[in-house]
Formats: sequence, C-alpha cells, structure tokens
Amino acid sequence: MTFIELIKQPWHWAVAGAVIAAVKFTLIFFGQSFGFSSNLRTICAACGAGNQSDFFKFEWKAQIWNLVFLVGAIIGGFITYKFLSTGAPVAISENTIADLQTLHFAAPTGLQPTELFSIEKLFTLKGFSILAIGGLLIGFGTRYAGGCTSGHAISGLSNLQWPSLIAVIGFFIGGLIMTFLIFPLIF
Amino acid sequence: MKLIKFLIAGIFFGIVMAKSEAISWYRIQEMFRFQSFHMFGIIGVAVMLGAIGVALIKKFNAKDIYGQPIKFTPKEKSIMRYLFGGIIFGLGWALTGACPGPIVVNIGYGFLSLIVVFLFALLGTFLYGIVKEKLPH
Repeated sequence: MTFIELIKQPWHWAVAGAVIAAVKFTLIFFGQSFGFSSNLRTICAACGAGNQSDFFKFEWKAQIWNLVFLVGAIIGGFITYKFLSTGAPVAISENTIADLQTLHFAAPTGLQPTELFSIEKLFTLKGFSILAIGGLLIGFGTRYAGGCTSGHAISGLSNLQWPSLIAVIGFFIGGLIMTFLIFPLIF
Repeated sequence: MKLIKFLIAGIFFGIVMAKSEAISWYRIQEMFRFQSFHMFGIIGVAVMLGAIGVALIKKFNAKDIYGQPIKFTPKEKSIMRYLFGGIIFGLGWALTGACPGPIVVNIGYGFLSLIVVFLFALLGTFLYGIVKEKLPH
C-alpha cells in the first residue's frame, strides 16, 4: 500500500485524536488558542453587529488568524473530498444502522445522509427548517456556553477546567434529548 | 506571511476532521447512542495528549514562537451559562451532526446545504449578543 492509499483509508480514532492535539498545540505555539466557534462572533462583529450589541464591540481584527484557520478548514475538507477519499460509506455500527432505520434513514452510502443534506431536501420546508433550527441552536448555544467542542471539550478539558466539564455534560444532555426524545417526533 | 501558518494549520484540521469521519452526522448519531468508541476515542486521545502537553508547558514555562510566555486563561466560574448554553448547543449538534468546525469542513467537502447551517449559526450568535443581558449566566 502506498502512502497515499494508506491515508485515503478512514483514519483510526487514535491517529485522529493525536493530530487534533497537534493542531491545538500548533495554535498555542503560534501564540493563539484552539476554539472554533469564536469565529461566529468575529464574523458578526466584522459585519457591523457592534451597532446592535456591545457583545460585538471588540477588536475583531485580532481574530483574523482564526478566520484564516476557518478558511484552511474549508480547503482541508475540499482536499479530502478531491484527493484523499475512497468514497466508501461510513462504517458505523450495525446497531446504529438498525436504530436509524426505525427513523427512516437508509444505511450509509457515503459520508452524510442524503435524507438531511441533499440539495432536494434543502428546498423542502422540513429539510430547510432542520438545517436552520440546528444552525440557530449551535450559534446561540456555543456563545452562551462560551465555546464549542474545540474550546470546551478539547482545550478546556485538557486544561482541567471545571466549567468546560459542565459545558460538555450540557452538550450530552442536549444531544441525548435530541436523539432520543425529539428525533422520534420529527423523523 | 504571518497568516499562512494558520491557513496550513486549518487545512490539517479540515483533513483530520474529514478523514476521521468526525464531520459525519452518522458518527455523531453513533456517539450519542453510545454504540461505538470512535468519537469518544478521538476526543479522549485529543484531551489526554492535550492535558499532558498543557501540563508540560506550565511546568517548563514554555514560550511561543514569538518568545512570549504561553498563558492559559481560566474559564470564568459559573454553572448556568455552561449548562444551559451547553444543552442548547448539544441539541443543535445532534440535529445537524456538526459542531462549528465540521460545519465548514463539510462545506469544503461539497455538502453545500451546510451553508444554511452556517448562516443560521451566525444568526444564532447574533441573537445571543442581543439577548445576552437578559439570560442567567
């Protein structure tokens, strides 16, 4: 197997965890910190939201490095799709496939379910609402909690921060409510 | 160029999130159903190595590439904002199967409907800024 063939395979969780930690320390040694959702606030501020709320009045230009990181993440997604992907369906557990079938999701055929992310679905009321409401919850929740998976789960927990543990417990309470109580109602 | 290094770090981040399938809704469902170790393994290893690295940086008072001492700002103490904010975010994370990083990695991967998620996430952050003072923190 050549190197390219090897990295085209889905990466093992331990490799992925190590690379994420490496990215985090790269940012730290570049004098910054790893936290993705701050970008949302930065973009709001750059678009002039400071006129509506003092929360958006800050030196957003000092955060341009993070916006550049965001652009890099988009490019990374594109490179993976174009050059580093086999196109094989995500190998999730049989139990998950069975559970999702009761919610009318077919077994994976790729990376994401067409039931949610196809362009056809986007132009249905339900499909659009799911994406829009999901986005609102993410944007509102991350800022209220002061961070997302990167800022709290990765950066905060590795600095042994109690607030981050509370936030991560919150992430799971919300995720479990959505998965087990709300999904059966909407799918 | 001072910013190029962040672009490269971002590219690595995008690739690792995509190649580990952490940007997949299916993987997030599998995680919230506790049916695979995959996502827990990714986060667990990142936190474990992260904790070791942070401890070493503190112990040796390491400096960044500009020679500035590396400081970690402690999160302000509170329960309400982390719990309530966390729950709200968790609802959205499970619904779309994406947290902020993976939203944009997905867009790069070609799942363009995630642009809607991103735009509404901006709106959500904006709304938080508007009602912030009225919320328990």
